[in-house]
Amino acid sequence: MSEFDQLYRELILDHYKNPRNHGLLDPADAVAEGQNPLCGDEISVSVRLGEGDVIEEVGFDGRGCAISQAATSMLSDLVKGKPAGEVAAMPKEALLDELGIPLTPVRLKCAILGLGVLKLALHKARGTPLPEEWGTSVNELVLE
Amino acid sequence: MPGAPGYDGAMAVTTPKKLDASRLRADFAVFDELVNGKPVAFLDSAASAQKPRQVLDAMRDFYEHSYANVHRGVYRLAERATAGYEGARGKVAGFVNAPSEREIVFTRGATEALNLVAYAWGLDNLGPGDVVVVTDLEHHSSFVPWQYVAGRTGAAFKAIPIDEHGELQLDALEEIERAGTIKVVACNLVSNTLGTVNPVRDLASWAHERGAIMVVDAAQAAPHRPLDVQALGCDFLALSSHKMCGPSGIGALWGRREILEAMSPFNLGGEMIRSVSMERTTWNELPYKFEAGTPAIAEAVGFGAAVDYVLEAGLAAIEEHERALVEYALGRLGEVPWISTYGPVPERRAGIVSLNVDGVHPHDVAQVLDWEGVAVRAGHHCTQPLMTKLGVAATVRASFYLYSIPEEVDRLVDGLHKAKTSLG
Repeated sequence: MSEFDQLYRELILDHYKNPRNHGLLDPADAVAEGQNPLCGDEISVSVRLGEGDVIEEVGFDGRGCAISQAATSMLSDLVKGKPAGEVAAMPKEALLDELGIPLTPVRLKCAILGLGVLKLALHKARGTPLPEEWGTSVNELVLE
Repeated sequence: MPGAPGYDGAMAVTTPKKLDASRLRADFAVFDELVNGKPVAFLDSAASAQKPRQVLDAMRDFYEHSYANVHRGVYRLAERATAGYEGARGKVAGFVNAPSEREIVFTRGATEALNLVAYAWGLDNLGPGDVVVVTDLEHHSSFVPWQYVAGRTGAAFKAIPIDEHGELQLDALEEIERAGTIKVVACNLVSNTLGTVNPVRDLASWAHERGAIMVVDAAQAAPHRPLDVQALGCDFLALSSHKMCGPSGIGALWGRREILEAMSPFNLGGEMIRSVSMERTTWNELPYKFEAGTPAIAEAVGFGAAVDYVLEAGLAAIEEHERALVEYALGRLGEVPWISTYGPVPERRAGIVSLNVDGVHPHDVAQVLDWEGVAVRAGHHCTQPLMTKLGVAATVRASFYLYSIPEEVDRLVDGLHKAKTSLG
């Protein structure tokens, strides 16, 4: 398989060209946004929680490279119907396994941007404190 | 006797020698390197240039035969080290046509040079009612320090806008002047994103008529065209070694002597002092007043060797070589309907081409190009205000240098076609 086909495999391209759960929810329990300043990826994620702290709906919007947009699209499918607390603590490896593509350190940031923004939205919606490593004054997630 | 029509004897004699990029490439080991089985087409020299053997040899030779700390020891090695370091200063002074070597301050790079001016001059000379003028084309290193120091001192912060070709709109100065007393104009000589060559000489006159200082970021100009601080009429000029074939970690600030003399120091510590007591410390003479601590000694020697290297190639010849490459690149890219390019016409720009592929993010374009062995930069190029003006999040930037060849432009265009076919 060529390097192109490994990274931009069919599933990734499909999510990039036909993103799932695209568009912000209205009403929503919380919205968060984030950027990857290195390449200008931008993602906003909105969430609506249902009975028993379950993620009922996720909607996202953004612009950026194929990896960042496709990863967020796949993520949105992945977490719908799952307990919000579980997703807020989801390790990045869970998403990376789903993506199943080789990523250089720079592209890794593209891939996990959406996950960071989703977690931020979930913490906002549930009123839980942000993880310490994000700092206390973060309203917007910026991956350095 | 008048010559034949169209022939000017004097011009013919001074026509610059032509640059032979294929021959120069032999000086750069990196071009023997294979990336994904292909030789690298390095089109990212605006970010940092590759290093020729001559520069690497000069540094190795210095470390092996002449290394010690500078300006201290009485022993032979220390003398040699000081001579090497100060010799490099002389080369840089000659390179920018500084009236005196004492006006050359070695810094960590252009960024530190610009911060030095913003802090050491700005904090003492700016206040409410004053105006700092930058441009929409500035690199963050010429934008953010002034924005920050203006904020600290209460001065207003204004930017000269650009037109649709990426050229400064100088008629906006009239409006900018209404904001208060113009104290500083800071502008790059060549835009790192669009390659625009800016009218620094006109801006310097405008600044001086108002009693302001003119600060020039020449990081992107110094490697590619002849520089003359006296002809530019500026007060400060910053440059970096690593963009002109020298090592990273060193650059220089040229400043007008009387202004440097009157300024407070920037970094404090060893070397920059004359005497220290509990009550009072006095500063060393220029340029050492601004060079606290052990400097980047071997890097300075490498910087000097880089100056020699580009002068040997010929700055006018480099400029001409890159203009031809830009013309060729814009011609080839212009044939493709789904490619947008940004910036002025070839005659008004340096060897930089910023572009986008319709429907494909620059990061993805750069990734596909990398598989083809073509190295470009994708992103905002440390010019976010400019990206906002252009209405894009990022661009793909191809930039040329003395070792760039037309075949690399062809590989770029082929790679762009691959990116469009597979992702567009």
